[in-house]
Amino acid sequence: MDNYGIVFALAGAILAALLSGIGSAKGVGMGGEAAAGVITEDPSKFGKVLILQLLPGTQGIYGLLIAFITLSQIGVLGGKSDMSLAVGLLYFGACMPMAFVGYYSAVKQARASVASIAVVAKKPDQFGKAMIFSAMVETYAILALLISVLAIVGIGSLNI
Amino acid sequence: MAVLEMQRIRICALKKNRKHILELLQREGMIEVCDIIHEDDTFHKMDVSLPADLLRKGTSLAKDAIDILDKYNPENKSGSNMLKGRKEVSTSVYDSFAKKRDSVMKKCNRIVQLDKIIAESKAEITKLNTQSEILQPWLNLDIPIDFKGTKYTRSFVGTLPNLWKLDEIYQELAEEMPLNVDIISSSKEQTCIFVLCIKDKQEAVSDKLRSIGFSYPGLTDAKNPSQKMEQLQSEIQKNQKTIEDCMNELKDLGSIREDICFLQDYESMRLEKYNVLGRLLQTSKVFILTGYIPKKEANNLESKLNQRFELSVEFEDPDESEDTPVLLENNGFSRPIQDTIEGFSPPGKYEIDPTMITSLFYYVLYGLMLSDAGYGLIITSACGLLLVKFRTTIEETTKNFLKMFLFCGISTIFWGIVFGSYFGDMVDVVSNTFFGEKITIQPLWFFPVKKPMQMLLFSMALGIVHLFTGLGMKCYQCLRQKDYKAILYDVLLWYVLLGSSVVYLLTMKMFVDIVGLTFILPASVAKVSGVLAMISALGIILTNGRESKNPFKRILKGLYALYGITGYLSDVLSYSRLLALGLATGVICTVINKMAAMAAVGAIGPIIFIIIVLLGHTLNIGINALGAYVHTTRLQYVEFFGKFYEGGGRKFEPFDTNTKYYKFKEKMENG
Repeated sequence: MDNYGIVFALAGAILAALLSGIGSAKGVGMGGEAAAGVITEDPSKFGKVLILQLLPGTQGIYGLLIAFITLSQIGVLGGKSDMSLAVGLLYFGACMPMAFVGYYSAVKQARASVASIAVVAKKPDQFGKAMIFSAMVETYAILALLISVLAIVGIGSLNI
Repeated sequence: MAVLEMQRIRICALKKNRKHILELLQREGMIEVCDIIHEDDTFHKMDVSLPADLLRKGTSLAKDAIDILDKYNPENKSGSNMLKGRKEVSTSVYDSFAKKRDSVMKKCNRIVQLDKIIAESKAEITKLNTQSEILQPWLNLDIPIDFKGTKYTRSFVGTLPNLWKLDEIYQELAEEMPLNVDIISSSKEQTCIFVLCIKDKQEAVSDKLRSIGFSYPGLTDAKNPSQKMEQLQSEIQKNQKTIEDCMNELKDLGSIREDICFLQDYESMRLEKYNVLGRLLQTSKVFILTGYIPKKEANNLESKLNQRFELSVEFEDPDESEDTPVLLENNGFSRPIQDTIEGFSPPGKYEIDPTMITSLFYYVLYGLMLSDAGYGLIITSACGLLLVKFRTTIEETTKNFLKMFLFCGISTIFWGIVFGSYFGDMVDVVSNTFFGEKITIQPLWFFPVKKPMQMLLFSMALGIVHLFTGLGMKCYQCLRQKDYKAILYDVLLWYVLLGSSVVYLLTMKMFVDIVGLTFILPASVAKVSGVLAMISALGIILTNGRESKNPFKRILKGLYALYGITGYLSDVLSYSRLLALGLATGVICTVINKMAAMAAVGAIGPIIFIIIVLLGHTLNIGINALGAYVHTTRLQYVEFFGKFYEGGGRKFEPFDTNTKYYKFKEKMENG
């Protein structure tokens, strides 16, 4: 039973990449649909709508980041990989903020992005404000990323 | 950093000079026209809707013509390039264009017409092609398709569904002999046949044929199919010839593309002029123009006008209550951020122009979020190169955009060196993989990945500095308005409360342990700061609801204001994104380098390494430069501006040449 630690740790890393990735894929997809609609009317807005489309894409990268830090910490990328069940569960838990917040914030941010794209379609000069609405949602993904990073790095120095 | 002082200007001049005065003002681009004086019995406004409509049509005609030309001659497209900028043209060219205008207009019409002809011919060709396709199976028939027979015979020309063989058809019609069947063509879908029978049997043959699915062809033409085909082909050729002729003509007309561009600008400038014309107050001999002008331009413009025309120019300071437009002016270092400020909102009344301070923090925060010397170097050199290469022609907005990233890039290099990041850990990886000896460039300060807590603390400390600067700006604004009460109640009390809270935190063992500080402030400091915090909190409760007379309401409002301290807490925590985004850049760099190092095995190892590194870092720089841009803007708009800046001003929109291809200005303004 003691060998199951690594299983949970790896599952956590994979969920972080998986859920955040799915969320970002959904989000960027939604943004892309809206952006493409704008481009049919006015191709000159490409740069602006592209930025708005990309905003929900960051969660996927954060998820990748967490997965990578975890993988290198637990020794999957070379090194020792024996750990107790408790430590494995700790890693699992540490990955969860990024996994869940990453997923939901990407989808919700995409909806804000789609609305912002509609703003840019009508009033391109309001791009700055439109962008902020979408960026607001990302705050929570960043906070989740922060906690996940701190937790994963911290677990390494625990005495369990 | 300044909001330029505005003056009201009133120009009263003779109508005969109207055109030239307006043109001068338009080129100067220094006046925002407004309607301060209203119409009365003597002064009337002109109705310009008709000429304005015509000009709008002219503009869109020229635009269509340019689009068409670009569609057919893509090679000589020399449109408005952001970097090349608009071409500068002297005013005499503008004046002399009036003679050319009609002929260019005619050519535009011709271009649009040609495009229409081409489209029609293409549609015609499609139609003819369909017809000839239908005709294709009948080509071997050497009699007209609607041939009905001779005196004693009856013929049937038509199709049977599916593939039929000759003997199968004979079999079906065996009872009605004598007759003749020819298969003209056959395919899987249909078999085209010609049946000739004697007239007496035509009913019976017809019934038989019908029972096996015979139908008459859709084409009915007296000519025989091959003749008809020839005719169709010649028509197609004729249409193709037309298209070719039109294309050639369009190619020839491509040489006047520049004139058409000029026409578009010319028409849109005139349109703007007419819009202003419609707002002038006029009598039969005189007109009056009112507007706003930046004070420092006033004398210059006055002397220019007086030199050339007989008129009266008056200046007045605007009233406090007036909706005066706002024009900002900044030096080269902060100017790029001015667009970001205006993107939020130009400063409202009594507010100062925050561009200078904002730009300083903007560059610092951006650099911290990207924080990689390699990436910074790429951004800086790319922007620098473009700025130098196109320094003479570049448009003002593009220039500012590039300059912003130039400064951001420099800051990125600085923070990259401080935190020891050069394309992540590229130096380590390359030296370890290819030279077998690991070399690490030591950071000037520390590696954030190794000490995230310290970095977090630094981020938040920087956040506190940013927020306190915001409060300081508010203090300065209150000072300018001479609202000394607000300075004490809204700024100083908060300074004391926040400052003492931070000091108090530093005396707590728990907090110091969490963030891993090496020092702790003594308990006596805790007592002092605690008391200070209590006093300032009490002060806030008592004073921050001071606009209410009712003491009960006042206290409640004060309590609510004190609750705003949670806002400060979340503001400070929000700066943790500096750490998170900085880490994101660094860790993704590490991932890329690690993947590249893992793949770099064998003789072609270095090549694979370079490919992976190039692709990966290009992607990373793109995503993180975007992320840093977005979140720096957010920190400014939400956290920083939230402390002192509301905006709400109206941007100064001068009457000028809003052109796409050419510049007519006699002098470049900096706005």
